[in-house]
Amino acid sequence: MGCRKVLTLERLQQIRKEHRPILEARVGEAGNADINEDGSIVLNGDYYKKQVRIALKNCGIINPLMIEDYIAVDGYSALANILFNKSSGEIIDDMMASNLRGRGGAGFPTGRKWNEAFKYDADQKFMICNADEGDPGAFMDRSILENDPHSVLEGMAIGGYAVGADKGFIYVRAEYPIAVKRLRTAIEQAKELGILGNNILGTGFSFDIELRLGSGAFVCGEGTALIESIEGKRGMPRTKIHRTAHKGLWQKPTIINNVETYANVPVIFQKGVDWFRSIGTEKSPGTKVFSLVGKVQNAGLVEVPMGTPLREIVYDIGGGVQDGKGFKAVQTGGPSGGCIPAHLIDTPVDFESLGKIGSIMGSGGMVVMDEDTCMVDVARFFLEFTVDESCGKCVPCREGTKRMLEILERIVSGHGEDGDIELMEDLSETISKASLCGLGQTASNPVVTTIKYFRDEYEAHINEKKCPSGSCRPLIKYFITEACIGCTRCAKSCPVDSCITGKVKERHVINQDVCIKCGTCYEVCPVKPVKAVVKG
Amino acid sequence: MEFVFDKEKNKEKIESFKMFIQDHREIPGALMPVLQEAQELFGYLPREIMQLISRTLKIPMAEIYGVATFYSQFSFIPKGKNIISVCLGTACYVKGAQAILEEIETILGIKAGSTTLDLKFSIDSTRCVGDCSLAPVIVINDDVYAKVTKNKVKELIEKYRNGV
Repeated sequence: MGCRKVLTLERLQQIRKEHRPILEARVGEAGNADINEDGSIVLNGDYYKKQVRIALKNCGIINPLMIEDYIAVDGYSALANILFNKSSGEIIDDMMASNLRGRGGAGFPTGRKWNEAFKYDADQKFMICNADEGDPGAFMDRSILENDPHSVLEGMAIGGYAVGADKGFIYVRAEYPIAVKRLRTAIEQAKELGILGNNILGTGFSFDIELRLGSGAFVCGEGTALIESIEGKRGMPRTKIHRTAHKGLWQKPTIINNVETYANVPVIFQKGVDWFRSIGTEKSPGTKVFSLVGKVQNAGLVEVPMGTPLREIVYDIGGGVQDGKGFKAVQTGGPSGGCIPAHLIDTPVDFESLGKIGSIMGSGGMVVMDEDTCMVDVARFFLEFTVDESCGKCVPCREGTKRMLEILERIVSGHGEDGDIELMEDLSETISKASLCGLGQTASNPVVTTIKYFRDEYEAHINEKKCPSGSCRPLIKYFITEACIGCTRCAKSCPVDSCITGKVKERHVINQDVCIKCGTCYEVCPVKPVKAVVKG
Repeated sequence: MEFVFDKEKNKEKIESFKMFIQDHREIPGALMPVLQEAQELFGYLPREIMQLISRTLKIPMAEIYGVATFYSQFSFIPKGKNIISVCLGTACYVKGAQAILEEIETILGIKAGSTTLDLKFSIDSTRCVGDCSLAPVIVINDDVYAKVTKNKVKELIEKYRNGV
């Protein structure tokens, strides 16, 4: 290799020039993307055509293991331009003008956050990237980290220059081994090239990034818990006496932004604030990446302008509900979010609109539910998650969520009592108001929204001991009708010894006293078109 | 029950771990990366290793224990070479899964959630694995065994003990 040359702006531009044709040739050969006249490369196919990709723009196009690929799509050009032509104050002004809001869930304006740390005088400041994506069913950040790691590094370096930090940490969960590996490679390559490290591009600005791994604690996605974890302690949230932008990691001014937020930063400086503000809504400019999963035809990552109606995401891009079933609800925001019922499907997806109907944007999980999904059981599922992941610091969260889960478990097993709904509403309020961090404050959202929009389902479980969706096992009954042909298949596959009885070629009978409602008889019944075993 | 951490057998690993600590002792917040390395290297956090961490990083054992218990990826007992999961879903339960579990516990001399001293087996009890018509079901490593009986359990354990 010889001795390492200092990276200059000319050298960076030369790499871009040399590598661009190689990338274009490869894209042409693969045939999965089109090169537009303005030089942008976009994935082809209807699924992608309906999206506007900013944070995901390079995903699936560049090779994440080659820094030259990233440079060939104008990567690191924003950082270089800023280092030569802009002051810290100007970047802060641009960020505030862009009104980029935190994509981790809370939607706090990034520019304002940066400004707090910028103004605060300290000998050392830190940039942290929160890559502890933990919502069940969400994988937006993983996709960016695995497919376009350099965009996150560039965003962090720009932030570091703006607030005056020379050190960054990426806190990534250990459950993402590929993301960890690719980030490691990306950081090494960036240091090797000289776009990270000391005296970047000869401008005197230094910025270094270190990886830190989580160890399986969901609550570490909360900013102050994450900081505690990097400091080598139990990941429990701090009392919010100080802003982390003033006193964060090791009591120094610290900026924590989410992966997707950082991925947006270089693009804003490449294409300008006005361009960014022309996408999305007035109060929530830009795009948001959603992980569209559940009972939807085309599951996957979807990036659309803020304010896109839910209907467009679920039907036009997602292709609607699977197997021709009826659409029941969309759950947004993971365990902190809520369920949005079918009649609100025209709600525009932005921070304000989702907040108004009791849900949240969250980090971007979007789970589609069909008519077979029991909303009480959904609430129970999310609460079970929160109970497992509550760190135990605040009593209302630690004890309250547990008590709520017990009530829900009682309801789905057919032992719900009059007054349970009111008791849960009461508990929800206390837990939300008296918990220190977002986990506790939002833990009851899945319960509150399902009670609000699907109260009848709760009442059916409690009063009639019935599950309208036919999914809560203890509340289901199986019968064999006159259509039974006496094939004995059900009796043979029933796991209980004296449950199904009957002679060959005669109607069989299920003994309700011993039936465990496993549904095996229903599944094996060969009678067509309507099965002889019915669920009720 | 205590697992004896074989220092002789783990000599090389211990040496490499000592070097890791030396390389990381100066970095702020070193405890997490150090514990993660220990978990990765030894498969769990042996007491002797935690004491080594405590001495080198000058962090009290109580604090290390506090941190290690907070995160679900750290374990204080090693996982066995073969992991037996017994389904305790309703269907398996009525088909005698509890008796199957007890039989396995008796044969191996350990309770569910723990590991045999020779590190050959761990037992877990799981929720419904969705194979109700084949109840009772046990899963060993990635292999599913249906309609398991007490006699079959004995055979299976012998089979895996001898390395399939």
